Amino acid sequence: MAAAGGFPEAARAALADAQLRRNLHVATHTIREKRLRATSELDDWEQLREAGRRIKERTMRHLDRHLETLERSVLAAGGVVHWAADAAAANRIVAELVRAAGAREVIKVKSIATDEIGLNAALAEQGIRAVETDLAELINQLAGDTSSHILVPAIHRNRAEIRDLFRAHLPGGAGLSDDPAALVEAARAYLRSLFLSTPVAVSGANFAVAETGTVCVVESEGNGRMCTTLPDTLITVMGIEKVVPRLADLGVMLQLLPRSATAERMNPYTSLWTGVTPADGPRSFHLVLLDAGRTNALADPVGRQALHCIRCSACLNVCPVYERTGGHAYESVYPGPIGAILTPQLAGLERGRTLPWASTLCGACYDACPVKIDIPSVLLHLRAEIVRRGRAGGGSGDAGAAGRDAGGAVAVAGARGHEGGRNRREAAAERATMRLAAVVMGGPLRYRLAQRAGRVTLGWLRRHPRLTRALPGPLGAWTSVRELPEAPEQSFRAWWHERQRRSR
Amino acid sequence: MRIGLFVTCLGDTLFPEAGRATVEVLERLGHTVDFPAAQTCCGQMHLNSGYADDALRLVRGFVRAFGDGEGFDAIVAPSGSCVATVRHHYGVLASDSGDAGLQRAVSRLAPRVFELSEFLVGRLGVEDVGAYFPHRVVYHPSCHGLRVLRVGDAPLRLLRAVRGIELVELPEADSCCGFGGTFAVKNADVSAAMLADKVARVLESGAEVCTALDCSCLMHIGGGLARQRTGVRTVHLAEILASATGDR
Repeated sequence: MAAAGGFPEAARAALADAQLRRNLHVATHTIREKRLRATSELDDWEQLREAGRRIKERTMRHLDRHLETLERSVLAAGGVVHWAADAAAANRIVAELVRAAGAREVIKVKSIATDEIGLNAALAEQGIRAVETDLAELINQLAGDTSSHILVPAIHRNRAEIRDLFRAHLPGGAGLSDDPAALVEAARAYLRSLFLSTPVAVSGANFAVAETGTVCVVESEGNGRMCTTLPDTLITVMGIEKVVPRLADLGVMLQLLPRSATAERMNPYTSLWTGVTPADGPRSFHLVLLDAGRTNALADPVGRQALHCIRCSACLNVCPVYERTGGHAYESVYPGPIGAILTPQLAGLERGRTLPWASTLCGACYDACPVKIDIPSVLLHLRAEIVRRGRAGGGSGDAGAAGRDAGGAVAVAGARGHEGGRNRREAAAERATMRLAAVVMGGPLRYRLAQRAGRVTLGWLRRHPRLTRALPGPLGAWTSVRELPEAPEQSFRAWWHERQRRSR
Repeated sequence: MRIGLFVTCLGDTLFPEAGRATVEVLERLGHTVDFPAAQTCCGQMHLNSGYADDALRLVRGFVRAFGDGEGFDAIVAPSGSCVATVRHHYGVLASDSGDAGLQRAVSRLAPRVFELSEFLVGRLGVEDVGAYFPHRVVYHPSCHGLRVLRVGDAPLRLLRAVRGIELVELPEADSCCGFGGTFAVKNADVSAAMLADKVARVLESGAEVCTALDCSCLMHIGGGLARQRTGVRTVHLAEILASATGDR
């Protein structure tokens, strides 16, 4: 459930979980070091990143044309293409296709796009059961839980918890131990029977090649390949930003992705398929092209680079904020730094209004991104946009910012009530403070007077620490774990002028 | 060289010793330092908080104070993040403003603004500034110096050349301290968790003094160190470099 206070409130809950923090620290630091090793062994890593960035930038410039080329290529290869403007449309299309195939059950390849649109719940409403086949996704599904990491969706769970889940839910899981091999074997037996008996699979896509109509799924377990090859019907739901123009572009992307994601030189299971092939694989193939806010992002010249993301999650692993809070605090299927710029653009600024502030702008994400998304700049851009809309919206501040109404985005307006009022007051106070500071700093005389007043105030606050700590707002927040700095006897400029006078 | 000092509002108001030390080091190396008194704040806080139009006022103020930079061979500041704001964001703010005059001034001015350590090592080619500082010191690489300005090991080169210093390693050095301007109060709990880890690493290092390029990071880390009564002091890099007698 979304916390009314957004990221800061959800983060507070996550921070209170000491075990989660230890797990995340170990996990993120391990993968960080491995990624550095995997990327530093290539002499041309920086050129590869630049190549990746250029492919994405060029593609976005003519996304409409590439998508039409993709559609023609998929049709020519015997597939069917569906266009979905929003989540509801995509869910409806998939449900109809499943029903037309006469199925009541589908197996799924790990797909964040289908999590984004809430496909499993939408299918359940239609009486269709969707079973996740990625091990971590299966664990989350059995637990009724959501993903907390793009690549390691169950990063927040330990194996004892997984054993308990399997014991409760998997056929023959009753006497299971928490030995990882035994857990994997139990999942394998369960999933194999599903692979062989389920006629419809739903997948996402890492890439789709416009010129050939080839779809590419990158995964580690081989369960994805079972889904894309065994069932009669394969339905792929893909965000429109995943298209690349040429097959050769995969040569760059498939080097960037595994090293950034799992620190592997080569990805274990890379499945590519082009339409349908007689007597091999699915007999019908459907590609659902999903917009759901992406063309809104595309229209923003600064924000659009968020669409370049190849979902490697390197930015999550290096982020000092994600490392402390984990993914659930971002309240989105896209957590971490990339989530902080993607969610507000896809789901609307109102829904993600606190996310652009969930960063110290330390820049670690930008350095790690394999396609060089300048996440700090997009964060600044979105902060400015939220503040601007807050102003335009009659003084409601960032809290009341009207969401960019992305197609199919879940509206959360009205759920805030009292919180909204408080946020509005805080935003108005912040706006006034910022303006005052800018005006004061705008003239040297005003600035000098404010400096003097500031030093006096600071001295007073330091002499009254208990009162200061009890203050609401920034002072109380600062002094909860930090001392205020000492007020110096004179400012730098006072010293400078004195020195100038003396030397004359 | 004729050097304009950009002391930063935080340095001017709360940490004047960093500015004084910057003047001292530059003068000791034979340069002339001037302090344009019209300077106030670079606008980083406004820009980072989403108040671009308020930041633009301060960009104009900065340009009024320093002109187009022609009056100086270089402008130097004891701060990585303020210099990063000028060098990396002023161009965008000026071009968004549509003011061609401002754009011109900023395009000339911004490339002349340097953080102290990158100026000393990268521009002047100096590593030994004749300092003496007989203390166990740990260096925290501030994020903007490290990843925006790319000062690299310039601060460490300067520190290694200081006589009497014992430089110790900071574990997980490149992790942000959790300040992030208004982040520290908007996301106070996450910031506190990051600070707690940074303070723990500083203590692990066994240092008596923690140094950095930015007064802001030092204010944050120092505030945490003081609250926990660790006895570890924070001292700006410029002060260590200015120290000739070791009594800072």
